[in-house]
Amino acid sequence: MKTNDVILQTTTKVVFFIIFLFSIHIFFAGHYTPGGGFVGGLLTTGAIVLLLLAFDLKTVQKALPFNFTIMTAIGLLLALGTAAGAIFFNVPFFTHAFDYFTLPLFGETSLHTAIIFDAGVFLVVVGSAITIIQSIGGDS
Amino acid sequence: MEFVLLIFLPIVAALFIPLLFRKIKGIHTGWFVLAVPVVLFIYYTTFIKTTMDGGHALSELQWIPSLGISFVSYLDGLSILFSLLITGIGALVVLYSIFYLDKNKEKLGNFYVYLLLFMSAMLGVVQSDNVISLYLFWELTSISSFLLIGYWFTRDGSRFGALKSMMVTVFGGLMMLGGFILLGIMGGTFSIRELIAQSSTFVGHEFFTLALVLILLGAFTKSAQFPFYIWLPDAMEAPTPVSAYLHSATMVKAGLYLVARFTPIFAASEVWIWLVTGIGLLTLFWGSLFAVKQTDLKAILAFSTVSQLGLIMSLLGAGAITFHVDEALFSFAMFAAIFHLINHATFKGSLFMIAGIVDHETGTRDIRKLGGLMSIMPVSFTVAFIGSMSMAGLPPFNGFLSKEMFLQSMLAIRHFELFNFSTWGVVFPVVAWIASVFTFIYSFYFVFKTFAGKQKIGKLPRKPHEAPFGMLISPVILAMLVVTIFFIPNVVGKWLVKPAVMAIQPYQYSHPSEVGVHVSAWHGFDSPELWLTVGIVLIGGLLYLSLSKWQKFYGIQPDTLSLNALYDTTMMFSEKGMNRLSRIYMTGLIRTYLLYIFAFLSVTTIAMLFLQDAFAVDMSSFSKISAYGLINAVILLLAVAFVLLSKTRLGAIISLGAVGYSVALFFVIFKAPDLALTQLVIETVSVALFLLAFQHLPKLSDHGEKKSHKFVNAIIALGVGVTVTLVALSSHSQKLVQSISQYYKDTVETEAGGGNIVNVILVDYRGFDTLFEIAVLAIAGIGVLGMIKLRLARKESSDENK
Repeated sequence: MKTNDVILQTTTKVVFFIIFLFSIHIFFAGHYTPGGGFVGGLLTTGAIVLLLLAFDLKTVQKALPFNFTIMTAIGLLLALGTAAGAIFFNVPFFTHAFDYFTLPLFGETSLHTAIIFDAGVFLVVVGSAITIIQSIGGDS
Repeated sequence: MEFVLLIFLPIVAALFIPLLFRKIKGIHTGWFVLAVPVVLFIYYTTFIKTTMDGGHALSELQWIPSLGISFVSYLDGLSILFSLLITGIGALVVLYSIFYLDKNKEKLGNFYVYLLLFMSAMLGVVQSDNVISLYLFWELTSISSFLLIGYWFTRDGSRFGALKSMMVTVFGGLMMLGGFILLGIMGGTFSIRELIAQSSTFVGHEFFTLALVLILLGAFTKSAQFPFYIWLPDAMEAPTPVSAYLHSATMVKAGLYLVARFTPIFAASEVWIWLVTGIGLLTLFWGSLFAVKQTDLKAILAFSTVSQLGLIMSLLGAGAITFHVDEALFSFAMFAAIFHLINHATFKGSLFMIAGIVDHETGTRDIRKLGGLMSIMPVSFTVAFIGSMSMAGLPPFNGFLSKEMFLQSMLAIRHFELFNFSTWGVVFPVVAWIASVFTFIYSFYFVFKTFAGKQKIGKLPRKPHEAPFGMLISPVILAMLVVTIFFIPNVVGKWLVKPAVMAIQPYQYSHPSEVGVHVSAWHGFDSPELWLTVGIVLIGGLLYLSLSKWQKFYGIQPDTLSLNALYDTTMMFSEKGMNRLSRIYMTGLIRTYLLYIFAFLSVTTIAMLFLQDAFAVDMSSFSKISAYGLINAVILLLAVAFVLLSKTRLGAIISLGAVGYSVALFFVIFKAPDLALTQLVIETVSVALFLLAFQHLPKLSDHGEKKSHKFVNAIIALGVGVTVTLVALSSHSQKLVQSISQYYKDTVETEAGGGNIVNVILVDYRGFDTLFEIAVLAIAGIGVLGMIKLRLARKESSDENK
């Protein structure tokens, strides 16, 4: 089915980046205010779904040339790696570490291993959701 | 060094095998594998000095201390003997397999991984002092045996044999676990040494006989005793090195090991002596009788293994008599059992290797097609001759010595006066003698039908010639051992057998030198064993010469009246019966399954709620009803009604989206921004997903549902609604334990360095949950991808059994 909806397509090009940036914000804000990897991932998924609705599957695949199955795997490895990494510091599995640093540009910031775990969650959510959507949508 | 870790050495080595197989094409992978058993063999020989003095070595690795489960390597005479057998025969078999399996045609990566897995498992079985880890290793041997039998998995016979052995041995293993747990309950410990120490208190316990029978079931299935032996002949589908290793020298002896190891605990029981001796003797007779019927070389050896295992089993049973009567007369049996175990490993291992060589060089194992190979394969013939004559119990081979001791022990049973043996004891030597005659016949049958007689080279698929040098090394070493042991039986006795006997009978001996058995080949003309042997040779020789006249009588037994037929019918029945049973409730419609799930959920929950009198409502902590909430609830209800009444799928999907959004609004009203955010996005994505898949869905159909169906559906829906409401009210109104939310509030800043409790719970407090959730999510994604891409449903031919 060939769609040629100029208004939707033009708006999507702008809105996609807004949603995507918002999802990144939500992802990083997660530890202190509402948000986190799961919601962030879902928002990104929503943005990609919007692209899919406005354009067709092939165009989107060309614009975002990622293998989402591998993205899922990377996400899982990241999450598991963060959890397992604790073992090497002689603390129980899944012990997170955090500290406060003063970084240029950002001021006082807390750096937290939980964010790596959350990034894994983010990737798994995006990866598997888009894998499902692509395989169902691409099926004829 | 913690030598318990050495049990795992083969498994660790197995990790590198696929890599070596892929990367290094020039060298046969077996050469790398060979190092493992050789190193272990040399290492374990250093313990002989300790065990000869009646000592033992102990090494422990904690596993689940809270449940009393650990890996303990307990090396006494018995364990060392078995460990040496496993690694020694293992090394020879690996060496043999290097020449037997072609490095370019075979999947050596798989083969050696399974073989090393087995080696670890077997070492674990014979060294574990903890019954639970023993059970773990026990089942691991079953699994690796399954994998090895099914190594050529494209053959029907391999798959069938693999499954059969798995079914029988795992069944026995589970029974054995039951026995172990009963022992654990009786003794309050899982350590075999501690159980043995307090074994006198078990006699008369209500679980004692039950535990005994269950453990014997495990031993009998593994050691192919009657009537469980049926898996062993089918296991011969495995590559010959595997048959030589697992199915004659080591794994099938795990059952013997188990019986020997638990003798100090159960020897007090009459049931033990009767069962072990009786079943052993019956198996000896049965196996030797049917070995003569077989026409496949490996099948003859399989039945002969069954029979020889029965022989050792009966000796172990007879050896337990010494627990009751301390007379020198009975002390032979246990020594003979261990001695014959060693001898059997040497001659049967070499015979299997020869069967493999014959198969390899001529292309067939059918004894009717073979004959006259003596002049073509002189070395193979010599080895086969030595092995067979030892099996038949003739001098100057080691089988003669242990066979004489066996007959001596069986004759001694006549003098045992407890447990009705005084009336029935005379049966034992008679059966033993008849079985020995048949053993003599099949030994001759095996070697002379293959190597002597007329040459039938024209009938063979391949032009036969002597095997390559490398392939002959292992069987020749074993054959040399067969002869050597005949001349130095007492050295072997002192080094290996007596320490093992002491380990089995700690109630009788405190030092190996107290085992007062001296092996000699000549007992004088007045010894009854000599005349029994002479009788065996005479009668057996006559029967062998007239074999062609009476072998056809085996055909009388109809195939439907055999144990194999019983197994087949049971398997067919359970498969078909279960299939029929599940077809009754599996309709293939998701709506039916949802009905089951919801009906079960609401019925059990409501029943528990009222049985436990758990229902309570406390209105004091409810929030006030706001105007927004009220309006939102009305919208929610309307949307739900639309879902139900909608005639088209599109309408239903959009209404469902409305339901989701109004739920999200509730989260907003009750100040749960995280949930609201997630719910909103989820709804958006899932509606979009529906729209994507929409065009592929069939038209809405009622699948032939009638009014009465709708009525049932309505009742169940109502039931679920009521259940959830009641549970929500009850759980809100009463708190069994203090809510954890205060703890989160207190520690979120200090312990987790965060501010948003919801997210910190997800990534930190309950990170495990999240980890598994994303794993499930990933599996679901890959599953959908797989189902759509592969279209399994349309490829019915992909079922390999069709």
